Amino acid sequence: MEQLLQLLVGGVSLGAVYALLALGFVIVYKASGVVNFAHPALLMVGAYVTARLSAAGDVPFLVAVLVGVGGAAVVSLTIQMLLVSPVARRSVVAASILTIGVDVVIQTEITRRIGADILPMGDPWQNRVVTVGGLTIPQTRIVALVVGIALIAAFFGWFKLSTWGIAMRAVAEDPETAALMGVRRQRVSALAWCLAGLLAAVAGLFITVFPSPGLEPVTATIALRAFPAAIIGGLDSTNGAVVGGLVVGVAEVMTQGYASELSFLGLGFHTVMPYVVMVLVLLARPSGLFGTRELHRV
Amino acid sequence: MSESGIDVSRDLAVAEPAVRDGVLAGRRSAARAAGVVIALIVALAVPLYLDAFWLRLGMFAFAGVAAALGLGLLLGQAGQLSLGHSFFVAVGAYGYTFLAAEDRTVGVSHQAGLGLPPVVALVLAVSLAGVAGLLFSPIAARLRGIYLGIASLGLVFVGQHVLFNMEALTGGFNGRNVPGFTLLGLSFDDLPGETLYVLGVPFGREEKLWYLGLAVAAIAYLTCRNLVRGRPGRALRAVRDRELMAGIMGVPVTRYKAYAFLVSSMYAGLGGVLLALAFGRIVPETFGMLLAVEYLAMVVIGGLASPAGAVAGAVFVSCLPAVLERYAAVLPGLAPDGAEGISPAIAARFAFGTAIVALLLLEPGGAAAIGGRLRSRARRARRP
Repeated sequence: MEQLLQLLVGGVSLGAVYALLALGFVIVYKASGVVNFAHPALLMVGAYVTARLSAAGDVPFLVAVLVGVGGAAVVSLTIQMLLVSPVARRSVVAASILTIGVDVVIQTEITRRIGADILPMGDPWQNRVVTVGGLTIPQTRIVALVVGIALIAAFFGWFKLSTWGIAMRAVAEDPETAALMGVRRQRVSALAWCLAGLLAAVAGLFITVFPSPGLEPVTATIALRAFPAAIIGGLDSTNGAVVGGLVVGVAEVMTQGYASELSFLGLGFHTVMPYVVMVLVLLARPSGLFGTRELHRV
Repeated sequence: MSESGIDVSRDLAVAEPAVRDGVLAGRRSAARAAGVVIALIVALAVPLYLDAFWLRLGMFAFAGVAAALGLGLLLGQAGQLSLGHSFFVAVGAYGYTFLAAEDRTVGVSHQAGLGLPPVVALVLAVSLAGVAGLLFSPIAARLRGIYLGIASLGLVFVGQHVLFNMEALTGGFNGRNVPGFTLLGLSFDDLPGETLYVLGVPFGREEKLWYLGLAVAAIAYLTCRNLVRGRPGRALRAVRDRELMAGIMGVPVTRYKAYAFLVSSMYAGLGGVLLALAFGRIVPETFGMLLAVEYLAMVVIGGLASPAGAVAGAVFVSCLPAVLERYAAVLPGLAPDGAEGISPAIAARFAFGTAIVALLLLEPGGAAAIGGRLRSRARRARRP
């Protein structure tokens, strides 16, 4: 029982981080119709900048994080303005394939810079743990959960209430009518990409702190699990992204925790668990749990 | 134009240029036939002149061609994005190895095998990849382009997990040796003591495999081109452009989508068998997401809807890393592994990524469209 609770807390915390990633991914899809395969690259950019700055030692950790987040947002915006936007006007599928190329270039460069090292993030929590009611939880997991919930809540408040949020929902609902109503689609989509970069960088921070050793090239593989999270929830649903993130996080941590009971599935099954869940969900619901079903009128 | 016979009077006005076009077309097709013959002679003569490095590279290129043709069919014709192509390639590679290898125990590890004749193993491995594609197609046929792209990404990760864990079948992390190919008693391996000499050139494993790869890639190209030009190709393109309309025109949409997946994964399986033979020993690490992205790069670089483009893209992407490695010492900015500077593997990856971005941005038709434009410019220049 205790183990179950502990795993549940760990899973929800990791799930909140995946939710941040999936949310950024979904926002971009809603605003511009493009599936951003460069999302893991944005995470790597943010984490890399943060790690390098805090390792240099003369900037506070918080400043390093803010610069990393800003850097990822700027890179994301640049990709959208220079590369994606001209192609997306012609074909969103072509633009999506283009982001795969962008991802390869950015990740190759960051992998080259990291080399064989593992970069520590220089965070203040390190490997300290908190004991609450018999459960031992790393501090990093608690911070991740709190920050994740705060960011998700802030996003939804902004998305529902602010002018920009309404404009973004209008574009997602019906791009042409939104344009006729005076919504500037280019700006909305630029903002969406900025937000995606920002959320990815924050998620990157929490993926690379304890219990993981730090930033290394395989971190991008973990970031990829945001894709199944977004698909499980439904690619065009922000609520779905949060649910999908939580499902993936809990499923992964549970499989890892009960690895000895699940040993017949092979070593390291938790790394493929998100994809297995995704395929199962897709079999039952081809547009995810909360995604809009595509209807055809004949 | 004029043979339609519906409105002869209007067609007459343009009959004269049409006749001239006809003459030119005749001359062009003769020129094309001559070009094909020359290319064939060159390809057949290559093993007589080039050393093993280039022949091994050629084998990788042939493997890339077979697999890229399949992905081109799926992405370019049926409009379905797949990032799981390397999974089907792996099914072909490991399928062949398992079917053709003898059952044996090395030390503590037992490696299963059926010991079938290699030709039978090749055919069965390709069918096995097709079956894997069919099994996935209930998911594939219901999902549209982008969803499918991500869902098929799952296939790569699950597939690699299986490869790492089914040690009896795949050899696990350390991989497994690929049995050599034989056809009608002719072995495509190095046989100590009975080296074959052709025109005074000793024919080893690389020389013989070159011909096998060439034949397989040529057959794959011709079948793929016929498929694209014929009725199935038109039906697939109709499904790609407007699913609803294709359905109204009588194309069974779901069946054709499954069909595209089946054929594409069979090509991938064929590429996998060739790749296994080229490597000689296969490890699960190879068949990851990076390989899937490389196939995607081949198809995008070559031009999405063109089999000939897929061939060009496959040759470029397969050969670039090895060529860069060979000339790392003389190319500016490159350094051999371990030394300071950009390693050839990284430089090649930069090149693929940049090529994908640049082509989609500037020339979505890829190399095929660039080639077509150059040809028509040359034709215009020749015209009086």
